[in-house]
Amino acid sequence: MTQMTESANSLHVPFNGPQRLLVIGGLILIVAGMIFGDIFAVFILHPNNAHIGQELFAATQAVAAQDGATVLTHFQNIGGFLENRGTKVDAHSHIINFGYLALLLALAQPYVALGRRVKLRMAQLFLFGAVMLPPSVFTIHYMGLAFSPLESIGWASVFADLGGLFIIIACVAQLVGLYRYMRGSYPADVQDVQLNCTGAISRLLLVGGAILLLSGFLFGAYYAATSFEQLAVRELEILKALVGEAALNNMTEVTVQLGNYGAVMAERGIKIAAHAHVNELGILLLLLAFVQPFIFLSQSWKRRWAIVMLIGAIGLPVAVFSELKFGLLAGGVADTCGLLMIIAVIAMMFGVLRHSGRIDAAGGEK
Amino acid sequence: MSPSRKLLVIAGLLLAVIGMIYGLWYAVFDEHQTLESMGGALANGFVQAADRSLPSAYAALEQFSVISAEYVREVHAHSHWITLGLVLLALGMAFERVNYSESVRLALAVVLVIGSAVFPLGVLLQAMSFGLLAKVMSVLGSMAIIISFAAITLGLLLPDKQAIKD
Repeated sequence: MTQMTESANSLHVPFNGPQRLLVIGGLILIVAGMIFGDIFAVFILHPNNAHIGQELFAATQAVAAQDGATVLTHFQNIGGFLENRGTKVDAHSHIINFGYLALLLALAQPYVALGRRVKLRMAQLFLFGAVMLPPSVFTIHYMGLAFSPLESIGWASVFADLGGLFIIIACVAQLVGLYRYMRGSYPADVQDVQLNCTGAISRLLLVGGAILLLSGFLFGAYYAATSFEQLAVRELEILKALVGEAALNNMTEVTVQLGNYGAVMAERGIKIAAHAHVNELGILLLLLAFVQPFIFLSQSWKRRWAIVMLIGAIGLPVAVFSELKFGLLAGGVADTCGLLMIIAVIAMMFGVLRHSGRIDAAGGEK
Repeated sequence: MSPSRKLLVIAGLLLAVIGMIYGLWYAVFDEHQTLESMGGALANGFVQAADRSLPSAYAALEQFSVISAEYVREVHAHSHWITLGLVLLALGMAFERVNYSESVRLALAVVLVIGSAVFPLGVLLQAMSFGLLAKVMSVLGSMAIIISFAAITLGLLLPDKQAIKD
């Protein structure tokens, strides 16, 4: 029978209070963000892009017809679709990043020299803000400026900003605690566990995460050097050609230019998404390396889930980038990789919950 | 906690907080206005074309392009500060697994921290029309990140002395 050595080694220390709250809360946030991202990619992103294209074509038809009022109506619709997409991308990225930050703060807890109650309150405040901000961002598109006393900021934005403020307060408190620890003026809390990454599975995730991050940095530099400004120049040229041809009522050329515009937008979106996903998933692998000793599963299952995570984390950005060449086929592969990672993180989360319950049952919880 | 780990953890959390404070300030005071003027410029370009005033239409589209580049850079500065802060924090926790001497680790940590602070700042300053200086800052910052991170990754791949000792 496979031994659960890493979990057993970590049993002698309690894993409770703010640290447990942040680890479990962080994993739940990451899973929620990933599920939301997959749903967003499949059901919202592509239909939304199609709507934007249709509205832009309708706006050029209105230009040809010399109908300025209709042009404005179509641009208001485009603004709505862009806001719909933008707020959902923001909600997705903020949920996941708050999950990462929660896990990182859990790692930092042994070095945060604050009282136990303060640490617990700050962990709760952080998670409260992390749960409040993304749904508020999500609802910005639907709430608009309804009942808002402000000219350009609605209630949903106000609550999102408030959530952000709670998170900043919680993080500043951690910084103060770290500073006190560094100065040695306050003893570190011995109840917190120093999460480490010594096992083979942790090392696999750690090295995999570092290599992914390095690839992401290199790709980002390549994108900045070869595409960032060039795509902006091409976008401007196409837009000028588009309005020029529409003014001449040359709808055949307008259709060609709209196709070019869509291609530029797709290239930019795909390259940025590939860069962002490589880096985000690299960080996730690094973080999961630390959580491994607290996953109460057999070594063989822990290894399987780590390998599934690695396959998903490498496959997803590669598939996203391949969408430039292979279109929806690559998009399907990316969604599948996303699903694989969701399953792996959920499995790890259940392992952490089992470990946590085992400690409680053994009387480790005070 | 070794000096290199201290540096990475404190700098990581500090960068993440700076990124968040900037993001909050940007969301409250600048983002909505920027998005409105960006959308307004694009729509104006098309309306001017409908009025057959092509020079005005092209000028409006150029204005859209400038605001759009500014918006992208401001958002990138926010997201890069936070992401790089998270990377520093995570690395700080695992830095004893980078199999170099503490002095080499400290040197790598210093270069990585400087790069992580300077690169997004350079991106942000480009949005504020600081031109060449801002571009040089972002290029040097990104090079510092890539070179130090490549060395750190190599250090993680080297035989794990700590694990052997354990």
